Amino acid sequence: MLLNIKGIMPGMVSKANKSPLPPFNKRGMRGDFKPGRFRWRKAKERLIASFFFFNGMVSIIILAGIFSLLFSEGLPAFKEIHFSDFLQSTWNPTSYVKATYGLGAIMVSTLMVTFGALLIAVPVGLACAAYLAEIASPRVREVLKPIIEILAGIPSVVLGFLGIVVVNPLIARAFGMPNGLNALNGCILLAIMSLPTIISLSEDAIAAVPKTHKDASLALGASRWQTLVRVTIPSALSGIIASIMLGMGRAIGETMTVLMATGNAQAMPHSFLDAVRTMTATIAIELGEVPFGSAHYHALFVIGFVLFVMTFLVNLVSDIILQKYQEVEQ
Amino acid sequence: MKKDTVETLGFNLFRLGSVLVVLILGFILFDIFYKGIGAISWEFLTAEPRMGMTEGGIFPAIVGTVYVTVITVLFAVPLGMFAAIYLNEYAPHGPLTRVIRLSIRNLSGVPSIVYGLFGVAIFVRTLHLGASVLSAGLTLGLLTLPWTITASEEALKTVPKSYRDGALALGATKWQAIRTNVLPYAVPGMLTGTILGLARAAGETAPILFTGAAFFLPFLPDSPFSQFMALPYHLYVLVTQHHDVGKVMPLAYGTALVLIALVVGLNLVAVIIRYHFRKKRG
Repeated sequence: MLLNIKGIMPGMVSKANKSPLPPFNKRGMRGDFKPGRFRWRKAKERLIASFFFFNGMVSIIILAGIFSLLFSEGLPAFKEIHFSDFLQSTWNPTSYVKATYGLGAIMVSTLMVTFGALLIAVPVGLACAAYLAEIASPRVREVLKPIIEILAGIPSVVLGFLGIVVVNPLIARAFGMPNGLNALNGCILLAIMSLPTIISLSEDAIAAVPKTHKDASLALGASRWQTLVRVTIPSALSGIIASIMLGMGRAIGETMTVLMATGNAQAMPHSFLDAVRTMTATIAIELGEVPFGSAHYHALFVIGFVLFVMTFLVNLVSDIILQKYQEVEQ
Repeated sequence: MKKDTVETLGFNLFRLGSVLVVLILGFILFDIFYKGIGAISWEFLTAEPRMGMTEGGIFPAIVGTVYVTVITVLFAVPLGMFAAIYLNEYAPHGPLTRVIRLSIRNLSGVPSIVYGLFGVAIFVRTLHLGASVLSAGLTLGLLTLPWTITASEEALKTVPKSYRDGALALGATKWQAIRTNVLPYAVPGMLTGTILGLARAAGETAPILFTGAAFFLPFLPDSPFSQFMALPYHLYVLVTQHHDVGKVMPLAYGTALVLIALVVGLNLVAVIIRYHFRKKRG
């Protein structure tokens, strides 16, 4: 584009000037070359670069914004509620007798459904990832990968709906209970939700194990199975752990499925067959009805803040693991 | 001999895990389709809910979801593409860039309900946009942003360095090189990733619960500042908030089917774009 096409417009090519290039100007240069143009071009480039820089910074700004906003909206809660009140077990801000703001039960509920979900999702997810990365033929892989993508795309509200209409009666029948809206139901749904994350990231990790590792193992007489279980999967372990952490982060923060399918009882749960109410569900249930600016309103932001910190830490740890693992790879 | 048995057994166990995943998806899609198809009719798709939502259709919810998604696109897509261009083309290797990448990964892990809280505090209260299509769209836009950035960056990464070098060697400036030699090749990939992100945004419920989705609204939103009905929230309301669950169940299945069709349809569009793009590049 620099050749300045404007300079070779048909009108300018006269008989005297047979060259297809534009004539020389006073400065001894062809075309309408002016130093000022280059200065303008440089300024424009700098302007464009800083425009993109600003857009790049947006994600930091948003993350910091979420953090500071949850913090500043949660802080006023401590004016009316003592810090130790949050350490109690029961969350019941609308009680007629005495409003309680204990985070104990809802945190236990969140951890319960999360770890229950991982108990189901990790073995299934790892099996699927190992199959995809090492055993499946390329054609099977071509079919399976989009399937996992679509599973990741199923809206959580639809899974919650199926939790009510499908999983709920199954659990009720299996355990002889009036209904199956409890922690177990939430575990099953959250397992389905975190499966795609665990599968696709674990598969990446397993596929990234250098071929030389496997060849060495095979050359020593190990079978394909022994190589997979004792060499390939252990080599990919950090990536696999990172994927599990990310799946865990998703499960902790998932709202709609647990809101719909876990029964939402505020009491401290004692088993997986108890109805539970997670931190996310508590916010979803109460934010709509709470008077703006009340202690209860701010207390919900405290839950949000704790939730944010929990997922942030989980993501950070998985990130650090992944970073280490990539360094080792290089 | 024994080694072989263990191997066959182990491989089949792993295969079983994969089959289970396929079966789960198959069951979800089949159940929703089988029980939902009966509810689908021209009236269901084009009429508003009647008789306390036990009759009629879901037209306002479909339109509401489309409106919100449009706002999400307008907000998240340009911002995400620009941020990706910065990260892939301009950003130097250094601590700042690492922090940006770290915050993008962390943003994608922030729970959707926390985005909802943020949306309420920022858009609804502080900026006085109220509970509206605009607030909900912007909240969903924030939610999709990390996905759009990551997808766009992936697309930019696939453009070989020689394309940029070619333009630069001819004297083009950096931006000219990006505009003429990088973006045209990266845009299809960017589109694919963005559409996948939007499909997820369209199905999200938690962020719009308090930023503008209405329980029941028999007319269409007439401005960005009015409330709206949305498909996912409508499904939630039908299943959990309705007093006559038996009566609305077919409608709930129908709504779930439309929602899934929308999401899976968007996914398919993305896959087709990707396929064509790959073939063209050969």
